[in-house]
Amino acid sequence: MESRNTQLAVGFFVIFGVLALIFLGLRAADTNVGSSNETYKLYAKFDNIGGLKERSPVKVGGVVVGRVTRITLDGDYYEPLVEMTINKQYDEFSNTSSVSILTSGLLGEQYVGLSPGFIDDTVEMLEDGDYIQDTKSALVLEDLIGQFLFSQGND
Amino acid sequence: MLDRVAALGKAVLDNIAGAGQAMVMLLRALVGKPQIRKSWPLLMQQMYSVGVLSLVIIIVSGLFIGMVIGLQGYTILVDFGAEQSLGPMVALSLLRELGPVVTALLFAGRAGSALTAEIGLMKATEQLSSLEMMAVDPLRRVISPRFWAGFYSMPILAIIFSAVGIYGGYLVGVRWLGVDEGAFWSVMQSNVEWGQDILNGIIKSLVFAFVVTWIALHKGFHCTPTSVGISRATTSTVVTASLAVLGLDFVLTALMFG
Repeated sequence: MESRNTQLAVGFFVIFGVLALIFLGLRAADTNVGSSNETYKLYAKFDNIGGLKERSPVKVGGVVVGRVTRITLDGDYYEPLVEMTINKQYDEFSNTSSVSILTSGLLGEQYVGLSPGFIDDTVEMLEDGDYIQDTKSALVLEDLIGQFLFSQGND
Repeated sequence: MLDRVAALGKAVLDNIAGAGQAMVMLLRALVGKPQIRKSWPLLMQQMYSVGVLSLVIIIVSGLFIGMVIGLQGYTILVDFGAEQSLGPMVALSLLRELGPVVTALLFAGRAGSALTAEIGLMKATEQLSSLEMMAVDPLRRVISPRFWAGFYSMPILAIIFSAVGIYGGYLVGVRWLGVDEGAFWSVMQSNVEWGQDILNGIIKSLVFAFVVTWIALHKGFHCTPTSVGISRATTSTVVTASLAVLGLDFVLTALMFG
């Protein structure tokens, strides 16, 4: 039965090729935060998200605590709405926390920086599905240059 | 002086005659009514020896080439704080260039030389003539399944090469050097396109498969049937096929991405 073994080997070869093609097509999409899959979702509205992408990291003081999972336009005024999936390990953010869109390095990728707010008796904690009110948009370099040139012209 | 000119003329004529022979061989091997029941087992046998047995060298070299690109790319990109662009750098260089080209070069060395030597030896030991004596067309029986096996195998090998290479780049970039995992994949995904990158890479490797297999079969089928002739034909297969692949790659890249 040599020909059967040959056929089996060729069959596996072709299947392997198709799997590799699927891997290339989807490029291993599955990256949950860490290996513990306990997460919750927070939302934030921005005026301008700049170059933020889905799956960009959410960082607190440089430490990755979650990822951007969805970016949509929301409401009557089409404001960008960013959905962030945060690791359950970090679930003690107060609703005075603020988020801003930052850039790593001068030319690097953009990410969401989350700064925890103060905590006292009157402040509640953020829970699954809550909106973060205090947001700062991305710095768009072209706008900055435009403003700079404009202010130079006024002198 | 005139002798030199005559030698040049002879070389040109020989080359043209060789190209003509190769074209006639290919046409006679491929054109004709297909006999699926007869040719299917032959094709499987050749797919095994040409494709499956090349898998190991393709996977190992793909892994190492991906890892080297990851390492080299990181040391350059980190100077600009752009190490998160490592993903697209690895993926694009593999999918567009290295996947098809290195696979074709390895294929010419691993499978092309074997095809030439096998057919050359068949010719030297007059197995091809005996097939003809038995009214079996050696072009249909020997050349045609080998050609199709090479033509189908190489794109599959190139895809596997690219996939394994990207994984190697991921191992070095993310696991070892600490590039952010999400950024690695997401920046890659936003930069790699199906039609532009993956499909063009597959088209490239189809062209290379056609050329490399054709050259290997032609060199074997028309070799001088002696031990010296076979050894020359095998060397010539690897050299000609590699040069053809590199030259064609430039033309294809200029057409696709130029």
